[in-house]
Amino acid sequence: MSGLPILSIMLLIPAVAAIACLFVPAATARAIALAATLVDFVLGVLLWANYDIGGAQWQFVEHGPAFGFFRWDLGIDGFALMLVMLSVFLMPICIGASWRAIEKRVPEYMAAFLLTETLMIGTFAAQDLFLFYLFFEAGLIPMYLIIGIWGGANRIYASYKFFLYTLLGSLLMLVAMLYMTQVAGTSSIPALQAFDFPGHVQTWLWLAFFASFAVKMPMWPVHTWLPDAHVQAPTAGSVILAGVLLKLGGYGFLRFSLPMFPEASGELTWLIFGLSAVAVIYTSLVALVQSDMKKLIAYSSVAHMAIVTIGLFAFNRQGIEGAMIMMLSHGLVSGALFLCVGVIYDRLHTREISRYGGLAINMPRYALFFLFFTMASIGLPGTSGFVAEFLALMGTYQVSTWIALLCTTSIILGAAYMLYLYRRVVFGEIKSEDVREMQDLSHRELWLLAPIAAVALWMGVYPESFMAPMRKDVGVLLARIDRATPPSDSKPTAGKPIPAAHAAAHGTAH
Amino acid sequence: MDYAANLAMTLPEVILGVGAIVLMLVSAWGGSASTRAVSWTAVAVLAGACLALLGPASYGGSAFDGLYRADAFAAFAKVLIFIASGVAILLAPDFFQRTTGDDLRPEYPVLILLSAAGMGMMVSASDLLTLYVGLELQSLAAYVLASFMRRDTRSAEAGLKYFVLGALASGILLYGISLVYGFSGTTLFGGIAAAYAAPHSLGLLFGLVFVFAGLAFKLAAVPFHMWTPDVYEGAPTPVTAFFASAPKVAAMGLAVRVAVEAMGPATDQWRQIVIFAALASIVLGAVAAIGQTNIKRLLAYSSINNVGFALVGLAAGTPEGVSGVLIYMTIYIAMTLGSFLIVLQMRDDDGQPIENIAALSGMSRTRPGLAAALAIFMFSLAGIPPLFGFYAKFAVFDAAVRAGLFPLAAVGIAASTIGAYYYLRVVKTMYFDDPAPAFPKGNSPVEGGLIVLTAAFVSPLGYLAIPLLGGWTMTAARALFPAI
Repeated sequence: MSGLPILSIMLLIPAVAAIACLFVPAATARAIALAATLVDFVLGVLLWANYDIGGAQWQFVEHGPAFGFFRWDLGIDGFALMLVMLSVFLMPICIGASWRAIEKRVPEYMAAFLLTETLMIGTFAAQDLFLFYLFFEAGLIPMYLIIGIWGGANRIYASYKFFLYTLLGSLLMLVAMLYMTQVAGTSSIPALQAFDFPGHVQTWLWLAFFASFAVKMPMWPVHTWLPDAHVQAPTAGSVILAGVLLKLGGYGFLRFSLPMFPEASGELTWLIFGLSAVAVIYTSLVALVQSDMKKLIAYSSVAHMAIVTIGLFAFNRQGIEGAMIMMLSHGLVSGALFLCVGVIYDRLHTREISRYGGLAINMPRYALFFLFFTMASIGLPGTSGFVAEFLALMGTYQVSTWIALLCTTSIILGAAYMLYLYRRVVFGEIKSEDVREMQDLSHRELWLLAPIAAVALWMGVYPESFMAPMRKDVGVLLARIDRATPPSDSKPTAGKPIPAAHAAAHGTAH
Repeated sequence: MDYAANLAMTLPEVILGVGAIVLMLVSAWGGSASTRAVSWTAVAVLAGACLALLGPASYGGSAFDGLYRADAFAAFAKVLIFIASGVAILLAPDFFQRTTGDDLRPEYPVLILLSAAGMGMMVSASDLLTLYVGLELQSLAAYVLASFMRRDTRSAEAGLKYFVLGALASGILLYGISLVYGFSGTTLFGGIAAAYAAPHSLGLLFGLVFVFAGLAFKLAAVPFHMWTPDVYEGAPTPVTAFFASAPKVAAMGLAVRVAVEAMGPATDQWRQIVIFAALASIVLGAVAAIGQTNIKRLLAYSSINNVGFALVGLAAGTPEGVSGVLIYMTIYIAMTLGSFLIVLQMRDDDGQPIENIAALSGMSRTRPGLAAALAIFMFSLAGIPPLFGFYAKFAVFDAAVRAGLFPLAAVGIAASTIGAYYYLRVVKTMYFDDPAPAFPKGNSPVEGGLIVLTAAFVSPLGYLAIPLLGGWTMTAARALFPAI
């Protein structure tokens, strides 16, 4: 595959298809969109199949022409590979989910989605700081249009909030990027990852990047755009928002904040931990009292993303691998949960939990899938959520037992709000005639949910497939940030001298 | 130096001046019937002036004993000015035919030519007197243009307002010039720079403040921006498009040249003024635009906002900064001309112009192409990548960061979020709202072609022009910094 610029092709296909969609009628636009996303998925599979696990850190590297301030440099490592896979996997599902649900202005809708796909893949594959920024920021435009044109009743407020919140954060990051390229003399991401910025400057740069990624993530207290955007966005919009766009924040921490500013990351770990712990408990409690299904899942996303951030800033292998698996798992599971909400929303056109009940009686297949994804979201062993939460919390425990304790409540609270949701929607008696008349999953819907369930199960039973490509990259990252690892609170000051053998045994017991 | 060499260096202005006089005679004898011919000839004259820039006009150096400078900086600014002037001429005939019912009077292209000659003088001025003569030639033509629709009270009011406030600004500028001359003993930029470099009295600083105040008026930078919304709203739309483009480049070119060539040694002094004007323009331009319902007023505030961003590049006071200003103005001209071209398409079935933003409602369904073009311009003005407007902002902020102006960069860029709000509002009106009555389809291939051209330039395709644009603007900027 060495000669073929596969990443550029993956970027080009949806972009060209997006333009083509604008000039054809609705039915053709749907077909073009599905075909383009499936081709991109196949290319993604080829990408994974040809990825040399344990080989060079950056693979499929392309050096394109320079455009004044940035270069068309692409390349992926294990982290990027997994996130690109997530994007190309969810995209055809999104198109499928919109097949019937979107009836007005279909060509523009499909074009916006295809454009989003290009920009997401570009964000993960960019190896130039400003190329990354271009893709990262440009994603706002199609998402703004998706929420604003095809969203719910309060879509305009939500679209503004989404756009302006994320824009403000990103612009501060841009100033930091300008400074970094000026000091380091390069805008190449691999080069910057090896560049040591002076200590006090790191803190400022870290904070500027934090402003952007914390909003994207989203972290408490700048998460408030997310519930609004999710609730108003069309189903597929929510899937892509939860599935991939939220991962940009975590990816940013992993790609920029940690390796480029390790000392600042170490010093400000308390900030991340504090905000994440609040997020886990607070947003979980908020999720518990929601009466709107999408809002509930949106708040649960904030809680899950907090597990990602504590995992990343645990500065150890378990934490970082757990965070990555959490991002992948959450992308699949919450995407699937939004699809589940979309399925019944298409039938009854309401997301009010109280309107439903007893769906297990007339929609058994739906109830089964919904149950599976509910369990995966809670983190039941055997599902992807378990692997993610277990690893991330184990990593955190090595750094801060207290934070690990607080964040573990996520599992209990998660079980509480998800099971409560499931009980109200699926169990009990059927309350009204229109609910009784709802049809079970159609074949199309079955084919949307089944692949996600299969992958979530695969990730839960044999996570090695997903962790193997990232293993070496985690090692590289750890070697880079090792010097800044914050002290662990579970290793108190030296007390009575103890025999060396005993100390070693004691250490591994943790 | 002999006259032939001097005239060769000033060839663009000579062509424009001779062209304007000849065309004025033609229009005096030919009357309204000659409008089309005069318009196209005027465009040809502008094209000729552009071609003349290939000669010594772009590298000749000093002409007329240092009164006039022919260098790459002036040449670059002139290309922009002449192109924008040409577009303003091309837009006019259809508009006047539709709105007033009778043909455009041929004085319109003549006035634009005179104004262009004045603007050429402005960006080439290396003496305070050349500066003032160029500025007045440009302004006097502009006052008449603003009130060109004689029977329309709004247009007359715009002309009067522009004239009174413009005269005041000229007075302030002249006062500053007299102070600078009085305390330095020369009107040549080189001599003034030497006076600023030496230990100097407070009088020179006062002169600097007044000169910058006068220039800020021409730029429509806060706090000298008050005339802009009224004049933009009242003037006929093609004239507004002209005001928002060519004179802005000329005033910016003039400001940059005065700041760098004449007052370069006093950079620390004028930088404070420029930083204040930049931030105030960015914030006020953005905040005041939020409440506007008239698209022309909105674009007026947008131009104030954009001048603020361009000034960020000047505040850097480095070759990169000047190059950033030129890049910004280039892209800004494309965005603003494109936006006004679309405003020209907003009309009812009788051909009368509509200026209400609400009339754009749902345009994405009635006129998808037009809506997409305006959306491109709006996102680009907001500086959202991957549109080309992002590169404009990038260039000036990069220069500011390189010059160590971190607070300016951080505050300015954060304030651009406020600006994004009202650009988004236009997009929202077009894409999210229910359709209003559609505008009748235009039948002008010139306007359609120009919309496609500007939209393509502002779209990501514009990135292909970056290597070229970057090279030219850097050469132009270096012309102002001989030491580097």
